[in-house]
Amino acid sequence: MTLRLEAITKVVEGRTHIKPTTLELHPGRFNVLLGPTGAGKTSLIKMMAGLDPIASGKVILDGEDVTRRNPQKRRISLVHQFFVNYPHMTVFENIASPLRVAGVPKSEIQGRVEAAADVLKLRPMLDRRPHELSGGQQQRTALARAIAKDSRAVFLDEPLANLDYKLREELREQLPDLFAGRGAVVVYATSEPEEALLLGGETALMEDGHVRQFGPTADIYRAPASLAAARTFSDPPINAAPVTVSGGTARMGSATWAAARADGDYTFAIRPHHVLPQPMANGVALEGTVAVTELSGSESSAHFDLDGRPWVSLAHGVHPYRVGEPHTFHMDPADGFWFGPDGAPVQEGR
Amino acid sequence: MNKTWNQKAWLLVLPVVLLVAFNALVPMMTVVNYSVQETFGNNTFFWSGLQWFEQILTSERFHAALGRQVLFTSIILLIEVPLGVAIALCMPKKGVWVPVCLVLMALPMLIPWNVVGSMWNIMALPDIGLLGYFLNEVVGWQFDYTQDPIDAWVTIIAMDVWHWTSLVVLLAYAGLVSIPDAYYQAAEIDGASRWAVFRHIQLPKMKSVLTIAILLRFIDSFNIYTEPFTLTGGGPGNATTLLSIDLVKIALGQFDLGPAGAMSLIYFAITLLVSWLFYTLMTRNDP
Repeated sequence: MTLRLEAITKVVEGRTHIKPTTLELHPGRFNVLLGPTGAGKTSLIKMMAGLDPIASGKVILDGEDVTRRNPQKRRISLVHQFFVNYPHMTVFENIASPLRVAGVPKSEIQGRVEAAADVLKLRPMLDRRPHELSGGQQQRTALARAIAKDSRAVFLDEPLANLDYKLREELREQLPDLFAGRGAVVVYATSEPEEALLLGGETALMEDGHVRQFGPTADIYRAPASLAAARTFSDPPINAAPVTVSGGTARMGSATWAAARADGDYTFAIRPHHVLPQPMANGVALEGTVAVTELSGSESSAHFDLDGRPWVSLAHGVHPYRVGEPHTFHMDPADGFWFGPDGAPVQEGR
Repeated sequence: MNKTWNQKAWLLVLPVVLLVAFNALVPMMTVVNYSVQETFGNNTFFWSGLQWFEQILTSERFHAALGRQVLFTSIILLIEVPLGVAIALCMPKKGVWVPVCLVLMALPMLIPWNVVGSMWNIMALPDIGLLGYFLNEVVGWQFDYTQDPIDAWVTIIAMDVWHWTSLVVLLAYAGLVSIPDAYYQAAEIDGASRWAVFRHIQLPKMKSVLTIAILLRFIDSFNIYTEPFTLTGGGPGNATTLLSIDLVKIALGQFDLGPAGAMSLIYFAITLLVSWLFYTLMTRNDP
């Protein structure tokens, strides 16, 4: 079972919201749509689910063209960012509702609902109604509904975004197991790069209605195909600055280092956790002025001004920065990415 | 615990005490006062106990008026609530027509009650009224609300439906537009029918606003006075003499202050009891 998108587009009032998108999504792993708010993740999910019209292109589910087919005939499930359950039905009835509509025999419904409830630890709440549940339990009910239904594709549109931190972590850990071995194509939209990394599988980087890059999550993280992709897959935002290489020496503002690259202008980008406040082997010193510092848990981040550009350093431990004063940060240029004037990555070598 | 005693706090509650006293307690106690006394004029009063309450509760005239009142309120609720919900469902959710619809809906409610009564009074007259003439001459219905009780009822019900369905529409519409699209999408994916969407999403989500709408329509229609008074004056005969019209006849027509006071209190108690029962039943399972 696969879900294939063939150059699908979405046009609203003459404006193309989703540019031609071609993807092949497989079951057995998470297919993550990663991008900032407004990138088109929800639109793309709605198009795959049949809720939004497709201007051109095809959606092929399990070998059959479902482009113009009603959502209910596609055998799919969708879990929203908001907790959507039928308000006056009990948890049991909520989970059972798609099965009842589909005409599943009563005897079978009981078993399937209970199985889904067990997986999501909803057994004791089967008789309650949504307003008597916590946010996490409400979202688990919505997930149970998606699981109990024998779907060919499951769309999860930022399902954890409205949950508090603890519940989010707990549910995120369970998610891959929930859908493992069900044979359904799982599509998961998120705006958090960390979530994509934790869920693994494959990631489609989305920006401004485009899928910028698609492939195994770890590969994309290690080798972003464009500066835009590198930006999307970094939180806090990736540091970038223009670099000029001449005669084997890279010059970025006042910092210089030896670089085996052809002469020319590049954009050098490096993730914040590779820019550290202490010296390192092969390190290049960056003379910055500390602007803002933040402590979160055991990490400290410093926003500093580097030749007029805002850069960020993210380091383990608590570091004594003084706001407004100069500080020398360090980075190993080997951790960074090089992009040419066209935004495409440039490999090492002359 | 060290408590600070500061008598100045009384000054802060004084305005609200005065307000409640003058707009509720004093008029209410005046009525209570009338209801337990007999008067022969000249402001001389004699204690009469519960005599007037007994008289009202056993009076056939009161029973008849109460019956008409219950019938009127039941009919207009049965028409206005489903009709209001149906209209709200048909209204556009977004676009340029939304403000147009809302203003059109709000118009009848902006018209003063006695004007509504006068409008319908003239409009339904069989000889010169647009509606009355049309019914007689074009439809062929021998319609005359000033002579025929059924016609009079049809007219006051039509008038109330015209005047107040909008309230239900606006409240139901407010409930409908507050339902996130995600619910409809979930229903679409589940393959729920149009009826199931109404039954399982729209109706439950509208429940609280509909409770308020029904409550407001119940109270207003049960206490209705101005419109039927201007339209039919309670006639023909006593056919449309609703409770409030009868009450005014007793109090100001016959100047029977004692029975009128007792009837007011009974009337008030019925309205309060039904409202309380309805609201309690509707909200009993709410979060």
